[in-house]
Order: sequence, then C-alpha cells, then structure tokens
Amino acid sequence: MSEHKGQALSWQIVNGAIELTLHREPCNEIGSLMLGELENFVRALPGLMNDAHALILHSSQAAGFSAGADLRELYSRSQGMEKAEAARGVRDFLERIHAVMNTIDALPLTTIGAVHGVTFGGGFELALVCDILIADRMARFCFPELRLGLIPGFGGIPRLKRDLGNAVVRDLLLTGRSFNVMKAQQIGLVSQIAAEGEALRVARATASQVGKFDRATTAAAKKFVKPIPYEELKQEIDIFCDLYARPAVEEGLRRFVENEGPQPYLP
Amino acid sequence: MPTTEHTLDEILNLAAAHFRVPREKLTPDDDFFKTLGIDSLQALDLLTRLEHHFRIELPDYELQGVSDFRTLAERIQSRL
Repeated sequence: MSEHKGQALSWQIVNGAIELTLHREPCNEIGSLMLGELENFVRALPGLMNDAHALILHSSQAAGFSAGADLRELYSRSQGMEKAEAARGVRDFLERIHAVMNTIDALPLTTIGAVHGVTFGGGFELALVCDILIADRMARFCFPELRLGLIPGFGGIPRLKRDLGNAVVRDLLLTGRSFNVMKAQQIGLVSQIAAEGEALRVARATASQVGKFDRATTAAAKKFVKPIPYEELKQEIDIFCDLYARPAVEEGLRRFVENEGPQPYLP
Repeated sequence: MPTTEHTLDEILNLAAAHFRVPREKLTPDDDFFKTLGIDSLQALDLLTRLEHHFRIELPDYELQGVSDFRTLAERIQSRL
C-alpha cells in the first residue's frame, strides 16, 4: 500500500521518497497507538521500498516532532496492576519499539529526519535512527528521562554513543537539559538547519539528491558506516527495566502526570 | 556589553512581538507564564528564540522557578 492514513501517522510516496508523517495530538507521544502504527509501517516497508530511494520522517504537529514516550499512558497502565505484570508490559513495549527502531535504522535506503519544535525523549530517539537530520531553526532536543529516575529506553544511549563524543553524551544525559539547533549542529547531531517551517522542504531536496545515486552503492556505504549497536540496545532494555521497578519512578511519573502547573517540561 | 536594563527591554520586545501581546502591557516583574498565557513548551520556545537572539546557550535548568522577565534578563545577562 503506497499510501496510508492512520490515527497517529500516515505515509505516502512523494517523488520517490516515502514520507512518514506523525500527526497524533498533542505532540506525537509514543504510546500503544503510535507503536502499533509504527509496526504497521515497518511491515509495509518492503513493498514501499520497491518504489522509493529515501525515507523522510517528519511531524505535522505544530508543537514539534515528538514529545517522546506517552508518560500518561505508561503511568495509568501501571495503576491497579501487579508490579511484575506492569514490568512485563514495559519490557514488551520496549522490545517492540526497539524492533521498529532497529528496522528503520538499518534500512538499505537513505533515511532523513526533518524535525522541528519539541524533539524530546523517545521522539529524540526516533530521530536518532535517521541517517541525516535536518532541523528547523526552532527545534529543541532533550533527554529528560533522568528527571523521572529512568534512562532513555528506545535506544537513545547506544545511538548517541555511536554518533557523538562520549563527553557530549554525558552532558546531555546527566544534566537532562534541552538544547537548541545551533548546539545540535555544533556537536554533530544535525546535518542542516532550515528556516522556521522549512525542514520538510529541505528534507525533500536532500531526498532528491540522494535519489541520484545507485541504490546498491548507497546500501553498501550505509552498512559500512552505520553499525547497529545491538548488544548495547539489549543492555539498555535491561537497565531501563531494572530502574523502572523502583518506587521512585512511579512517584516521578505521578508527579509529571498530575502536574497541572505551567512547568512540567522544565527541569 | 549591554546593560541588564537593555537586555530586559529586548526580551520584552521579543516576547511581545512573538506572542502578540501589546508591548506596553508587559512589565519587568510580570509572571511571563501568566502575562503571555504560555505553558512550559511555549516557554521553551521563548527560550530558544532568546538564545538565537542573544547568541547564547542558556540551560533550561537555570530557568527552574524563574517566572518573571527581570530574573530571566539577569540569567541571560550572565551568559553575554
């Protein structure tokens, strides 16, 4: 199916590039709905790739690319559930989202993330699977998980370690601070900066450029330069699940979910 | 280096223009969440615009508990 419109995301092929558009209110939180539709997309990919040389991931939500994991769903699902059952549910979710991320990460075509606004947590991790990141001038990135007593769980740390210097990874992870697009380009995360509202246009131009090259050569080059850190990705799930079992995490989630003040996203 | 008052004035001008609030309605000691009617995500948007405008990097944890323009100006001034 070369075109699909779901509740959380849609895809279509435009000028030889698959465009995956995230559009779940309010800011593409990744919960069971988004995960299920991402899995559908991954299942459709083999057919889509016959007609495409690139994949563009972007969001049509004004607030940004994605605010990350759906913390409200994570919190509410754990309520009234045995600890062990809740932990099994979290591990299952993580294994499924890792399978999606790993598949996109290793695709034999060029993947381009066009991000704007909030690109936080799991949304940041989704952006990290892309080969090339193009960011709107107003994009902002953050790994806030330590504020909740967790680590990023959708593959963020192994992919950051793969792509950036370790001192930078420590800074971003251990402070949990958000940072702007200038910093993102300075540390090597973002390839190109687009004017406000222009990231998708720039991504399309880039997709058009990469479409000039032989697909087999692109696939071979990508496989050579972009290893998938499978072992560390598995370790990340284990560490996340160990941390999730602690009472402090439930308390952190509760504080976030019940916070009705204006500052839940500020550290 | 600009004075804190000058920095404060630039912040108020930028906030008024972006959030479409009459400039004369903004004063240094206003709670910007209330005066501008913004939430934390919009506050991060304001922070990004201020970082670009002043060509600085201001970690968001320095804004924890900050809600008035004057203190915001002081935080920015310390990075100029």
